[in-house]
Amino acid sequence: MRVLIVGAGEVGSSIAADLSDSHEVVVVDVDADYVEQLQYDLDVLPVQGDGTESDVLEEAGVADADIVIASTDDDETNLAVCGTAATLADPFTIARVQKTAYLRTWRRTQRAFDVDFMVCTDLLTAQSIVRLIEFPTATDVDPFSSGRVQMAEFEVDPESEIAGQTVQAADRFESLTFAAVVEDGEATIPTGETVLTGGSKVLVIGTPDSVESFAAAVAPSSAAASVDDIVVVGGGQQGLLVAERLEERGFRPRLIEHDETRARDLAEQLPKTTVMAHDATDADFLAAENVGDADVVIACLDSDEKCLLVSLLSKRLGAGRAIASIETPEYVSLFETVGIDVAVNPREVTAEEITRFTRERRAENVAIVEPGEAEVLEVEVDDESVLAGRPIREAVADLPSEVVIGAITRDDTVITPRGDTVVEVGDHVVVFVPTGAQAAIAEKL
Amino acid sequence: MSGGLRVDWRVSCSLVGTVVKWLWVPLCLPLVLALYDGTALTPFLVPMALTAVVGFGLERLAETRDLRAREAFLMVSLTWLSIALVGAVPFVVAGVGTLAHPVYALFEAMSGVTTTGATVVTDFGAHARAIHLWRATLQWLGGLGILVLATAVLSQLSVGGAQLMETESQAQDVDKLTPRMSNTAALLWKIYVALTALLVVLLSGLHVVGLAPEMTPYDALAHAFTTISTSGFSPRGTSIAAFSPAVQWTLVPFMIVGATSFVLIYAVSRGNVGRLRRSDEFRFYVGVLAFFALAVCAIRALDAGPGVPFERTARHAVFQVVSITTTTGYASTDFNTWSASAKHLLFVCMFIGGMAGSTTCSIKALRWLVVIKSFRRDLFVATTPSAIRPVRLSGEPIDEETVRDIYAYTLISLLFFGVATIFVVLDAARVGVVLTEFEAMSAAASTFFNIGPAFGVAGPMANYAGFPTTTTFVMTLLMWVGRIEILPVLVLLTPSFWRS
Repeated sequence: MRVLIVGAGEVGSSIAADLSDSHEVVVVDVDADYVEQLQYDLDVLPVQGDGTESDVLEEAGVADADIVIASTDDDETNLAVCGTAATLADPFTIARVQKTAYLRTWRRTQRAFDVDFMVCTDLLTAQSIVRLIEFPTATDVDPFSSGRVQMAEFEVDPESEIAGQTVQAADRFESLTFAAVVEDGEATIPTGETVLTGGSKVLVIGTPDSVESFAAAVAPSSAAASVDDIVVVGGGQQGLLVAERLEERGFRPRLIEHDETRARDLAEQLPKTTVMAHDATDADFLAAENVGDADVVIACLDSDEKCLLVSLLSKRLGAGRAIASIETPEYVSLFETVGIDVAVNPREVTAEEITRFTRERRAENVAIVEPGEAEVLEVEVDDESVLAGRPIREAVADLPSEVVIGAITRDDTVITPRGDTVVEVGDHVVVFVPTGAQAAIAEKL
Repeated sequence: MSGGLRVDWRVSCSLVGTVVKWLWVPLCLPLVLALYDGTALTPFLVPMALTAVVGFGLERLAETRDLRAREAFLMVSLTWLSIALVGAVPFVVAGVGTLAHPVYALFEAMSGVTTTGATVVTDFGAHARAIHLWRATLQWLGGLGILVLATAVLSQLSVGGAQLMETESQAQDVDKLTPRMSNTAALLWKIYVALTALLVVLLSGLHVVGLAPEMTPYDALAHAFTTISTSGFSPRGTSIAAFSPAVQWTLVPFMIVGATSFVLIYAVSRGNVGRLRRSDEFRFYVGVLAFFALAVCAIRALDAGPGVPFERTARHAVFQVVSITTTTGYASTDFNTWSASAKHLLFVCMFIGGMAGSTTCSIKALRWLVVIKSFRRDLFVATTPSAIRPVRLSGEPIDEETVRDIYAYTLISLLFFGVATIFVVLDAARVGVVLTEFEAMSAAASTFFNIGPAFGVAGPMANYAGFPTTTTFVMTLLMWVGRIEILPVLVLLTPSFWRS
């Protein structure tokens, strides 16, 4: 498949890196340095030029492109790229936007601005932050099959009840499959004898209920108390979207925004949120408002450094968990070492979403587990699939040994795959696939 | 802009002229009854001629009809005043009883058109049935007028938070009020007429099946007119006490409906019943009614002791609380003879009123609800100084300026009530009439909040003729100011309104 990516910033190059091994990728950017850098790093065809110009797109081969991804940092440019591409040829267009206003317009027809699929960075970030709150110990949660199946990655706390147990002993959750154990960035497929050591990460696939009960088991017994008091810091678009999503889930969060006019605006939009107008980096204020009592503090300020400061201040006051939205990719792991519990990078979340959408024609949903290591796919089984009409025990013989079938959804119900489960045509299968096995999976499922 | 004035008074007067011109239509109703009864026709023919001449004359004052805020305020004030003046003519021309006196005639007409229901009639039997029907017709017109005023005019002029009323569309076009006015009027007119017709049919039905021997078709019409408009005139000296319990129970829901926002009623008539539950104001209004009804009922049950049928106690308690709170002012019994505690609760009810956007008067549930909510908000902010929490009504945030307007309106209402009480006391002392403070306060509140009966001298079975003529004249003004939400009259008194 030929994929044309306009914008070689963090999002664009990240998508390019994920797709370049199995697809023909062309990257367009105005910045000659970016283009040159990409040429060395990745197996992609770089084109230097303005992606909103028809000449440039034609040079990049828009006529043969199956998918055009507009991933620059500018909303209007991205919309113009999609519009231009749709005028020149008939590719599937994907646009990345910041403003939720564009997303709302697009949702009305799913075709506005000549965009076939639109991702909103702040909304995706907000969604992934809120999923993290629902699973306090999870480091990654991705929904599959319209939310009926979830993949979640948990860090096993050394003090939790399952630390030190074998998978066989820990596997007592209804409709839950252990897909992988990640230790030191390396994913392995667990067998019954694999020991879940403290500090390692486990990847499970199952129904939301089973994932939830597993979440309680991996958590240290002290943190088992449910999340109630949430403080959102920063009332930008991201903070607003996070608070809105929290309200939808029945939380009554507190939101701190330093600008009084904006705070008033937010207070009118968020009926269940207590909005406070104050500078959140003021330690005395945080202490006076008992931010230390919060179960979760979410920092969505426009500066990464301020996010770090607020997170550390609240942690020192006694806040349970600190989640921060961090724009600079280099800071993410650093900040997690210093004291932020989870740092979410909006660009990474966006790139992941776009990659997931683009990857494989039949793959409906993809989650990147460890970049370059493994991913989780959702596939609809057709009659050419090796799974169709056979018990799983027989079918796996034809698949690479590292592949794990995590869950099956059939007509809105979730089936836990066991050796004698027969997969039918039309079923949706959520599979865990290590990087090396991707090509084989694409062919056989 | 004419004559150096900032307000284009010709436009206002011209619009008033249009209203006055059409007053011959409602005058036909008592005229037909007078023809049927064979009583004097002149009381109605004279004002008919008068409205034609004055109405057409005023209408010709201005060519254009561009109504801006100032002209709208002037027009509103003058409309109510001029209908009262025209409405008083039949009483003066008929020349029977106390109503022959011009000041009393104006009081009665103003009490009618402002849907108050306070009367100076001493001998109800002396007046022709046509005159009584004219009193009821005036109230029915006043109720319709206030609906149009509240939904179409005051909400656009942002008077005392009236803009909060649950309107179907929130078009803010203060420059041109006229097109919206006619649309809204047409809509509400239908609901208002339908409700009145329904009540006439129900009351006549009760008469036919023998449950209401006193409720003749004439009484049914007159009482339907004054129930839906929450006004309270009755051709009977004993008000609703003259009718059977079945009639009294029937009127209760209609008084409640009359004081319910007509925009809500419109939504419900379109099948959107959920709007009732979602409306904070409606829940508050019904809650207040239920609380006071239960409280008065309990007090009356204790007062009465054993032996008195509970149905009678409950009926009078519920009827009286609903009648006073909705500002109707009917009496199903002489509540002046009730114990002090029951009377004081009824007195408190005078200050509440029904929902905004209905025919009710007084301060209204909407304003009290906003006052309570914003006070609760202030208490919260006192403990969390950096918190920002807008006051919400049915989920929608209210801007702070509106909250302030509502506080101001509520305070001014209470201030007016206080000053009016002082005037009543002083004026009575001047002519040597002995009034208790409760009588003075209740009479001031009852006229200013457009309720009708008070306690003591102006009790439900008595009348306002016992007050000095000066007091009745001032009360006429109070009814006028109170009915059109105070501000349209008050702004006329500010020099900046007139000067350029």
